[in-house]
Amino acid sequence: MTRPILALTAIATLFGAQTQAEEMKMAVTTSFENSGLADVLLPAIKTDLDIDLQLLVVGTGQAIELGNNGDVDAVLVHSRAAEEAFVASGNGTHRREIMYNDFVLIGPNTDPASIAQTETAAGALQAIAAVEAEFVSRGDDSGTHKAELGLWKTAELDPATFGPWYKAVGAGMGAALNTASGLNAYILADRASWLNFGNKGDLALLFAGDPALFNQYAYIPVSPEAHPGVRNDLAMKLEGWLVSDAAKDLIEAYEIGGEPLFVFNAAAE
Amino acid sequence: MNTITEGLLSAAKLVVTLDPDLVEISLRSLRVTLTALVVASIIAIPLGTVLAIQRFRYRRTVIALLNAFMGLPPVVVGLVIYVLLSRAGPLGVLGLLFTPTAMVIAQVVIITPLIASVTHQAMRDLWADYHDLLISLNATKRQRIMTLIYDGRRTLLTAVLAGFGRAIGEVGAIMIVGGNIEHATRVLTTAIALETGKGDFALALGLGFVLIGMAIAVNLAIHALSGTEREGRW
Repeated sequence: MTRPILALTAIATLFGAQTQAEEMKMAVTTSFENSGLADVLLPAIKTDLDIDLQLLVVGTGQAIELGNNGDVDAVLVHSRAAEEAFVASGNGTHRREIMYNDFVLIGPNTDPASIAQTETAAGALQAIAAVEAEFVSRGDDSGTHKAELGLWKTAELDPATFGPWYKAVGAGMGAALNTASGLNAYILADRASWLNFGNKGDLALLFAGDPALFNQYAYIPVSPEAHPGVRNDLAMKLEGWLVSDAAKDLIEAYEIGGEPLFVFNAAAE
Repeated sequence: MNTITEGLLSAAKLVVTLDPDLVEISLRSLRVTLTALVVASIIAIPLGTVLAIQRFRYRRTVIALLNAFMGLPPVVVGLVIYVLLSRAGPLGVLGLLFTPTAMVIAQVVIITPLIASVTHQAMRDLWADYHDLLISLNATKRQRIMTLIYDGRRTLLTAVLAGFGRAIGEVGAIMIVGGNIEHATRVLTTAIALETGKGDFALALGLGFVLIGMAIAVNLAIHALSGTEREGRW
């Protein structure tokens, strides 16, 4: 009698079918996942809140679309204009800033456009455009892509008028970095993805530190009024944890190669 | 060359140490694909056989459609199923999105036309041989179908294995409907896409070699179990 039950339990365990904790789905950006911070936060969330947080790793555009359809309980993204539109549409309840990291300009270590000597990020982009050095753009409507377009705008240049040296690949951060590595081209990346990236080739970090490159992450629960199926109770519990000292300590202590990646800046309510 | 060696090494390391994450995602790959294969076969084999022996008005159209659907782009299948299963979509109440069940549904849609089409092709030739015999025996339609399926089982095995091959290696559709959630819907192919994105080509290749090895093992196992290549029985 016990043997079939044992066997069934073993099968259930193998397939991960049984879990005690409550499940919550959150859409996050590839840059957040690639940073590796999730590997630190998820176990702590499981311990402290007993929530099995399932991450859907997509670009900001798709993350917000999943929220618009009520397919996730919350989103953690980094593109202010898109976030505010998401809340304004009634699909998100409110926007809570959690932390920021920064974007960096990556390029061939020979630096043909000499962007390492420029003063501002916009100046660096102007230098790249001036020599028409190959530049890989995410081109996927993600937060990083929107940040890049914002920088071109500051530089008073329009990517739509660029020649074939400007390559919009329409891919995630990792895939775009792979392309840049293969072409030995310039690219705008978030620092975390760059540090964790395993296929750097002849690329190097050439420009960073301009405040225009700061990358603010915000947490937005999906509205239970617009989407009755979502677990807003869990989303609110998670928000409380993300702005707590427990999260602050984990986020600020997170380093890659001795470099801290994120600055916690959630304001107490 | 160097990366390929590293990939082989990392595959060997993963397999030898029975890496728990690897075991988990490999079993999930197998479970999803085999479930999809069983469901698709139950639909496709009778369908392909009926198309071979039954004459009806739109038969040619159905066959042409089936052949065309063999080439359905998985990413489109994934997108359509996402829209259907999304909470905002018509089947949203079922809550199937981002579950292995959604991945099974996507794979069934992708491989059913393939299996049905190969089945139809094989059964048409077999039916030409068996037609007079079965008619003269006054066999019922059901008996005809069962006879054809039984005697055509080796070709059907090829059809099913072709379906398995397409499903186990599929990534576009299950990425969209499964979401590649760790410990929930991550399978070998989506894990490979993820590691490639991280630029960890060695691990990605390692997982790829595991996937290929698994496909070979399943094919060998099915052949051994069905005894198709046994001496004196072809």
